[in-house]
Amino acid sequence: MIDDDFHQDVASTLTLDIRNLHTHFDTRAGTLRAVDGVNLRIKRGEIVGLVGESGSGKSVTGFSVIGLVDPPGRIVGGEVRFQGRNLVGLEEEALRQLRGHDIAMIFQDPMMTLNPVLRISTQMVEAITAHEIVAEDEALERAHDALASVGIPHPEERLRDYPHQFSGGMRQRVAIAIALLHNPALIIADEPTTALDVTIQGQILAVVQRLVAERGTSLLWITHDLSVVAGLAHRVAVMYAGRIVEEGPVDEVLDHPMHPYTAGLIASLPSHNRRGTRLAQIPGMAPPAHDRPTGCSFRPRCARATAECEQDPPATTPAQGRSLRCFNPMPAGSQGGRA
Amino acid sequence: MALWLLRRLVQAGFVMLAMSAIVFIGLHAIGNPIDILISPEADQAERARAIAALGLDKPLWEQYWLFLQGALHGDLGRSFVFNEPALRLIAGRMPATLELAVTAVLLSVCIGLPLGLYAGLHPNSFTGRLVMTGSIFGFSLPSFWVGLMLIMVFAVTLGWLPSSGRGETISIAGVGWSFLTVDGWRHLLLPALNLALFNISLVLRLTRAGVRETLPLDYIRFARAKGLTPGRVIYVHVLRNILIPVVTVIGLEFGSTIAFSVVTESVFAWPGMGKLIIDSINVLDRPVIVAYLMITVALFVTINLVVDLLYTLLDPRVRLGGRR
Ligand SMILES: Nc1ncnc2c1ncn2[C@@H]1O[C@H](COP(=O)(O)OP(=O)(O)OP(=O)(O)O)[C@@H](O)[C@H]1O
Ligand SMILES: [Mg+2]
Repeated sequence: MIDDDFHQDVASTLTLDIRNLHTHFDTRAGTLRAVDGVNLRIKRGEIVGLVGESGSGKSVTGFSVIGLVDPPGRIVGGEVRFQGRNLVGLEEEALRQLRGHDIAMIFQDPMMTLNPVLRISTQMVEAITAHEIVAEDEALERAHDALASVGIPHPEERLRDYPHQFSGGMRQRVAIAIALLHNPALIIADEPTTALDVTIQGQILAVVQRLVAERGTSLLWITHDLSVVAGLAHRVAVMYAGRIVEEGPVDEVLDHPMHPYTAGLIASLPSHNRRGTRLAQIPGMAPPAHDRPTGCSFRPRCARATAECEQDPPATTPAQGRSLRCFNPMPAGSQGGRA
Repeated sequence: MALWLLRRLVQAGFVMLAMSAIVFIGLHAIGNPIDILISPEADQAERARAIAALGLDKPLWEQYWLFLQGALHGDLGRSFVFNEPALRLIAGRMPATLELAVTAVLLSVCIGLPLGLYAGLHPNSFTGRLVMTGSIFGFSLPSFWVGLMLIMVFAVTLGWLPSSGRGETISIAGVGWSFLTVDGWRHLLLPALNLALFNISLVLRLTRAGVRETLPLDYIRFARAKGLTPGRVIYVHVLRNILIPVVTVIGLEFGSTIAFSVVTESVFAWPGMGKLIIDSINVLDRPVIVAYLMITVALFVTINLVVDLLYTLLDPRVRLGGRR
């Protein structure tokens, strides 16, 4: 019932509301439940970090939102409500008009996201003219301003260049400039700084943070790096084996994780461990998507697992603004303190 | 760039030199053209005169030396059979072959590229699979047999198209061209298709492989995430990247197409260089053979140059002469 009131309150300010999303891949090895009942909400201007191990379904969640899951993958259930409108089952043309215009995406590897044989100007102008009828020189002008706003020096010259003439960090800036061209309401950033070195990563984070704050853009930041989320996001959602197992405000979740998996993730951060001691780590490996245990998927790796965990843990609301899927949450106060 | 060009030309010069020497030695080893050219009844004096007239009385190295001297002045010798400059003889036949080869290459692009795109975009569809199976035939059926079958079906049974010759031609700059007349096109179509068959399959498979390889790449996903129309994604983003290998292979295959036209020209009685070279080999007409091979090398070198230049246009990461 808390949930319903909460929903009434925020319905008007919700940019994205993912409800019980299921995205499966039909393969020879069986059906892969890559996304297996995800619920996630992002308010206007909010930055949500989506963290989890490799293969947990973060990217597939992101692609599901803009309808870019390719066969053999398909959305088999749930809703993706964007500004109140369900995008699941929408016609391809309607989705196309949303992509890049209302929902933009940035990818992990900046070396691969720009087409190597087309000039930057071509790739920016086409992104504009895909959604608006504008004159070529006006589009170029806007591309120019967009490059300048992400801090690329000499934009008028750089526009004529090809991607291979840019460094990785500069390419990611170009990708961000493209994503911001239409002032989208939502940006999905799929590990955009993972491939960059730490100083460049910091610069990119700063650029994104500034632009998103200026424009009130909502941001879904996918990463497996908790420390990035700590400095950037308002809320964090922890994904494990296709589900969001814990969600809440960044500081609360990182200071007082309730799910044993979240606690394990935090404990294995290098900065959290004292120098010289062995790094804490979560034992075992994430189960493959086609062969998950019944009930809680984290059960085989969990020190707190009980017989109860063979049932599916329901989503609960242990505190205001937090959600959790666990029968045996961490005891309060035992996991305090981030480094 | 200039250095790069110069190096290419010097290389080509060496290839021509080596090749002409091999042909001189090889033909000398195979037999004596006089035995074929002169009737067996001719007496000794007549024979000696003919040998001297063709310059075959001198030792081989001297014949080669004389040939090289002539070649420097653009004279590749006179045909033993036609008593005409070999170069002019070949030049007269070249338009027919070029016309055939160019048409064949155009056909292979116009047919192979769309089919390959389709097969790449719909790999599991019935048509997609059919196209791929068909391309195996294009690779494996012998050219002469396909030529005969084409003649049988379209010329003999259906009677739609003629089976031999160039048909009506229109003369430009002293040489006749078939592609300028409707009748010429009717004559050109079957042999060109025959010659194109292998390249159609090649372009098709290359295109399909390229599409399959390019579609899952991040920059294609990014292009789609920008909200581009599917047409723009395929015809600009995918196609531009596929064109790079396709252009390379077509360019390199163009030379082989000219070489393979020997078979097609024989089957369809197409009066091109291929037919001339076959006839010349039969009578050991050395000047024509050497000249033909020289021209072929020159063609190959030119084609490779053009391909390299096209390459830089298509792929900005490539710069000639190792700059950047
Ligand atoms: N095209 C595909 N075909 C089959 N299975 C797929 C495909 N794409 C993703 N999957 C499966 O979906 C699951 C989730 O993949 P996803 O890419 O979302 O993981 P991720 O959390 O983004 O991991 P990473 O951190 O490595 O990017 C994986 O188990 C993967 O095997
Ligand atoms: Mg991913």
